Amino acid sequence: MKLRIEFFNKYKISIGVTSVFLILMSIFIIANPSVFLNYRAYMAVFTTLGASIILAATMVFVVASGELDLSFPSVIGFSAWIFAVIVKSGVSPFIAFLVALFLGSIVGFLNGILVTKVQLSSLVSTLGMNFLIRGLIMILTDGIAIPLPFLRDTLFHTIFAGRIGQLPIQMLWSIGYAVICWLIFNRHRFGGHVCYIGDNVTSAREMGVRVERVKIATFVLMGFSSAFAGVMLTLINNSFWPTTGEGYLLLILAAVFLGGTPTWGGIGTIFGAIIGAFILGFIETGIVASGLTGFYKQFFYGLILILALISHRYAGLKRK
Amino acid sequence: MGENNYLMKAINISKFFRYVEVLKNVNFEVGFNEIVGLVGDNGAGKSTLIKILTGVHNADSGELYWKGEKIANHSVPQARDMGIVTVFQDKALVEQHPIWRNIFMGKEITDTIGFINIKKEKEETEKLMKEIMGFTSSTITPDTTLGNMSGGEKQGVAISRALYFDADLIILDEPTTGLSLSETKKVLSFVERIKNTGKACIFITHNLFHVYAVADRIVVMDRGKIVGNFFMGQISLEELEKKMLEITGTGDAEHFGVYSGRKINPGGLNGTR
Repeated sequence: MKLRIEFFNKYKISIGVTSVFLILMSIFIIANPSVFLNYRAYMAVFTTLGASIILAATMVFVVASGELDLSFPSVIGFSAWIFAVIVKSGVSPFIAFLVALFLGSIVGFLNGILVTKVQLSSLVSTLGMNFLIRGLIMILTDGIAIPLPFLRDTLFHTIFAGRIGQLPIQMLWSIGYAVICWLIFNRHRFGGHVCYIGDNVTSAREMGVRVERVKIATFVLMGFSSAFAGVMLTLINNSFWPTTGEGYLLLILAAVFLGGTPTWGGIGTIFGAIIGAFILGFIETGIVASGLTGFYKQFFYGLILILALISHRYAGLKRK
Repeated sequence: MGENNYLMKAINISKFFRYVEVLKNVNFEVGFNEIVGLVGDNGAGKSTLIKILTGVHNADSGELYWKGEKIANHSVPQARDMGIVTVFQDKALVEQHPIWRNIFMGKEITDTIGFINIKKEKEETEKLMKEIMGFTSSTITPDTTLGNMSGGEKQGVAISRALYFDADLIILDEPTTGLSLSETKKVLSFVERIKNTGKACIFITHNLFHVYAVADRIVVMDRGKIVGNFFMGQISLEELEKKMLEITGTGDAEHFGVYSGRKINPGGLNGTR
């Protein structure tokens, strides 16, 4: 009995978020059993959920270190564009993918330099970077999409956007990525250092944590994951749009905060962020399937987010 | 005594800040396994002296010796490598994390690719707390979040960490300031633990009474000079108070936890201000 209480106390935030998700799904199933008892609804959501999981899991590192990265939607677009341009020129998509990952990481590195060496506020500097890169994409592409229909039958497509049975393979990639994130965040020295910096940067520095290096690494990681997500999103429709990634900004941050990672840094939960991504991913489908119009989507995003923050508060998540 | 008989020795240290001489020919030493109380008012030069010992400032003249060897070009990293650790008032801890994370912060026990051996770190923390530091409360385990602990206990965690990583000289900067009676007692018991492990300690304080309970020797500073050096076996608290009054004059005596005509600070162990 004592063990059970300890388990509950230790994981109450995660248990709470998971409960919210299960309750939400129950409501959807009751509201429209024919849609939600059929696997097709899930497979449809899973196709796009992969990118959200990757982004949310990585964002936990940035938020736990006490910073924010608002530039990732444009990095998604930028990497997708790089990928599209290179593939279109006839180069192997595998090489294009590596180049996209590399350039995404470079943008992350620049963000990290601006925050640590130039000591800009990450909130404002990454917001600036978001506008800057999106603007650049628009200028360079003239706002025109790049269709890549020939990707459909390639090995690359099968590996990163195929299906195993009915399950979209993106889901496996993203869950695998998230598990690695979980291990690094909870079991690796790096995850520890990220949290110490977010908790008390002076203490961390005094104890020999290399603050700047760790912070830059979290931004590089964010750039890397944005590039990964960008290529995945391109593969869904085998087409690049100049707006790729727009609309993810608040969704990903909402998933992180909904999941139980506090805004003030120092602690975080990868598991919570993934469940947060699930909740937000299913709301849209659920609302439409329940017979409401799409106009209710944002309303429910907001409602769930505020209710979740209130419940975290009562579960004892507050700044000490 | 020669330089070899001391863990650390400072000879004829002088330090100017612009044209103000904040330390005047100070001679100071800490023995192996000695608890030295460093007492003095604000501006007496305590912090400047400590900053010279820990490599933060360089002295304008004078020499430093560590275990009998002369220190050239003293610096903060060098002091740390030699085993001098300062436990500051802010304690360099992270409040939202458990004790075991705090003990090993920045010096994790990991495998070759950097994954933390959590089991080992928790076991070591448990041993450290129970056997060396004497944390008796059953509510405190390695998993206790630091933010749920009292000020004295946090101080204890910081001291444990220093001892674990083989500090030879632990400098406590005003460890009892702002703590309650029971918390002060805890901190003093932690200082005794430092003594028991065979390490040395410099205990900086305003409060003579706190340091009298644990120190082997009390060094008094006033306006940049060492003005008193008392071995605890040779002087009673009453005599010490009297000396202190003579040295500093009546007005300043309160700063040392001594009130003229009264034995000790009427507020008990609490700070005098």
